Amino acid sequence: MLKQIEGSHAMAEAIALCRPEVICAYPITPQTHIVEGLGDLVREGALQNCEFINVESEFAALSVAIGASAAGARAYTATASQGLLYMAEAVYNASGLGLPIVMTLGNRAIGAPINIWNDHSDAMSMRDAGWIQLFAETNQEAVDLHIIAFKLAEELSMPTMVCVDGFILTHAMERVDIPDQAQVDAYLPPFEPVQVLDPAEPVSIGAMVGPEAFTEVRFLGHYKQTQALSLIGTYSAEFKQAFGRDSGGLLRGYRAEDAEMLIVAMGSVCGTIKDVIDEMREEGIAIGLVTIVSYRPFPTDELRGVLAGAKDVVVVEKAIAPGLGGPLANNVDMALRNLPKSPRLHSAVAGLGGRPITKASLHALFRRATVQPWEGTHFLDLNAVVVSREIHGSRKKRRSGPTAENILRRLAETPTQAAE
Amino acid sequence: MTDAAATLAPGEAVQQLKYYQKGTFTVGNRLVGEDERSVQASQDRSNALTCGHRACQGCGEALGARYAIDAAMRATGGDLIAVNATGCLEVFTTPYPETSWQLPWLHSLFGNAAAVASGVAAAMRVKGRNTRVIAQGGDGGTTDIGFQCLSGMFERNDDVLYICYDNEGYMNTGVQRSSATPPTARTATTPAIGAEPGNVFGTGKSVPKIAVAHNIPYVATATVADLHDLERKVTKAMGIHGARYIQISVPCPLGWGSASSDTIHLARLAVECGMYPIFEAEHGRVTHVRKIRRQVPVTDYLRRQRRFAHLFKGESEDPRVARLQAMCDANIADYGLLDAQGDEK
Repeated sequence: MLKQIEGSHAMAEAIALCRPEVICAYPITPQTHIVEGLGDLVREGALQNCEFINVESEFAALSVAIGASAAGARAYTATASQGLLYMAEAVYNASGLGLPIVMTLGNRAIGAPINIWNDHSDAMSMRDAGWIQLFAETNQEAVDLHIIAFKLAEELSMPTMVCVDGFILTHAMERVDIPDQAQVDAYLPPFEPVQVLDPAEPVSIGAMVGPEAFTEVRFLGHYKQTQALSLIGTYSAEFKQAFGRDSGGLLRGYRAEDAEMLIVAMGSVCGTIKDVIDEMREEGIAIGLVTIVSYRPFPTDELRGVLAGAKDVVVVEKAIAPGLGGPLANNVDMALRNLPKSPRLHSAVAGLGGRPITKASLHALFRRATVQPWEGTHFLDLNAVVVSREIHGSRKKRRSGPTAENILRRLAETPTQAAE
Repeated sequence: MTDAAATLAPGEAVQQLKYYQKGTFTVGNRLVGEDERSVQASQDRSNALTCGHRACQGCGEALGARYAIDAAMRATGGDLIAVNATGCLEVFTTPYPETSWQLPWLHSLFGNAAAVASGVAAAMRVKGRNTRVIAQGGDGGTTDIGFQCLSGMFERNDDVLYICYDNEGYMNTGVQRSSATPPTARTATTPAIGAEPGNVFGTGKSVPKIAVAHNIPYVATATVADLHDLERKVTKAMGIHGARYIQISVPCPLGWGSASSDTIHLARLAVECGMYPIFEAEHGRVTHVRKIRRQVPVTDYLRRQRRFAHLFKGESEDPRVARLQAMCDANIADYGLLDAQGDEK
């Protein structure tokens, strides 16, 4: 059913249609409206046979989900940013134990400095935790990915994270097609666990494992991720059959077939990038986009296939791995490795802490990649003047003070200073 | 109890029974009726924590866990799931495939046993099953790193019995101080070095008291020196729904520097000197205390443990022994542990 609806509430409705049996709720911006919406659905009776638990922290939220999942219940929780870090130990634990929990991540920057706005640093912090990580481009896809996520997680007995850009998606009102219960029931079978705490058949789960078996357990975690590489495609195709629209998949191209320059990005920024591509195509520039939906497992082979023919690849990502550069660019680089004629790779970090990624800046960035390529990582719209002053200031004076506050003060001192 | 306590009443009853363990309220199985015998004395016990595990000789925790879980298994007809925090109990009962657990058992992390158990309980509720849930851990996993999850589980009144096996330190990692370590005790992080060797005064916390402050249905302390009482409390706890907490004093020969054969004796001395008050509370009120027949001096308890040896090294007694004695006296006064008649409240 088509609805004009806030992204978070659309996701809440979709999650409810998946019939979760245990939902753990802990507030953190910008994810909060999702669990609030689910709480309403449980209270109203629209979502029945579900325990909605208000926990005392994100660490407990995922821990309760771990217990519920191990006991055979379909378990769901949502978090963002600091919350994901606070539950980090349980994030690794859930995948190590092979528990098919589904969690929404309302992507948000990580402090310090504290910042509630969108970027992908939270998701990147857990990229090696053994979860499947799917990124939604639109709220429609956010809805659809949750339904696919439960199926995928439970088939592989592996936790799945649906990454949704905070505010840009979670708080955006837009038209979303919410499936009906019968459609979802037909697509998503009831949860049949591969391991369960059952007094009729007692098992020990979470025992000590030494060097004799640890590598094998980790190998199987990796193996399951490689299985997900094919299952994600299968389930997205089945989704299209059942619901009549394309959603998910490992990655998808936009005007990519004949493109000499391909942009690689994840999440909601792809909408803006498509607009820029349309405009540049009008000017006769052969440019296209590759949207990565599945960041983990990373579709290395598929990406190589799409990128192989391009001359230039520009990775635009909302995260920075300090001391390395862009983590997505690094993964893309791996896909390009050993190609006989590898495209040039340009890495740009953009939209950190909610900074708007404008069409104007993207236009400039994509043009520059061919005419004036940069080395290393480019920070889109960096205020170089303020940064230089801070670097200079801290060299002159030992007790130069707190960085974030210095930057804010310098910005106030130079209010008209345009970016870069 | 209907029960040993009754048979222990002063006057005639005392005359009719000879106590198996002299000078205590503990009654040997051979002296009580079939229905009052311990779960552990029964051939029908579940052996939920079966033999062959890797606990140290004289481990109080292994003993406490065996009695507690078997009592809970009987109380629930074997319809029970256990969640375990990281720690000695988790390590010595696995590694897989040599698990000692004969009931469904889940270990997730050090600090989240209470929350994981809440999740298991929620799953049972949503599936309409009557299966009961126990969470268990050591004092580190309970009073320190697991404290927030524990308090959350209490506050939500989740249907979980949490059992803390309190050996007063991080024994699994090599005997470091926890918030359950008593003052003056030597640990690896409160070494017996300097002007005031051992753990300092004025620190630590009483989680049983904090549990009582959550107004949960049932809180009890227990000791491996009185396994009848321990079983009774676990059985009682399993008859109640909602959040419940039992903290069991479990001496650790390795961490305390005591003889393996002294575990029960030390656990008893801890109670009888007043160091470890044994009580029950329901819905925020203390309902029962275990009386001490004769208070023993705290030195009787301290001198048998090398973790307190530095207190007795000098020419004269360390003045801090008097402070420990004062702590015991305060416990006895606060809980009314001494009774002229020596009977139970």
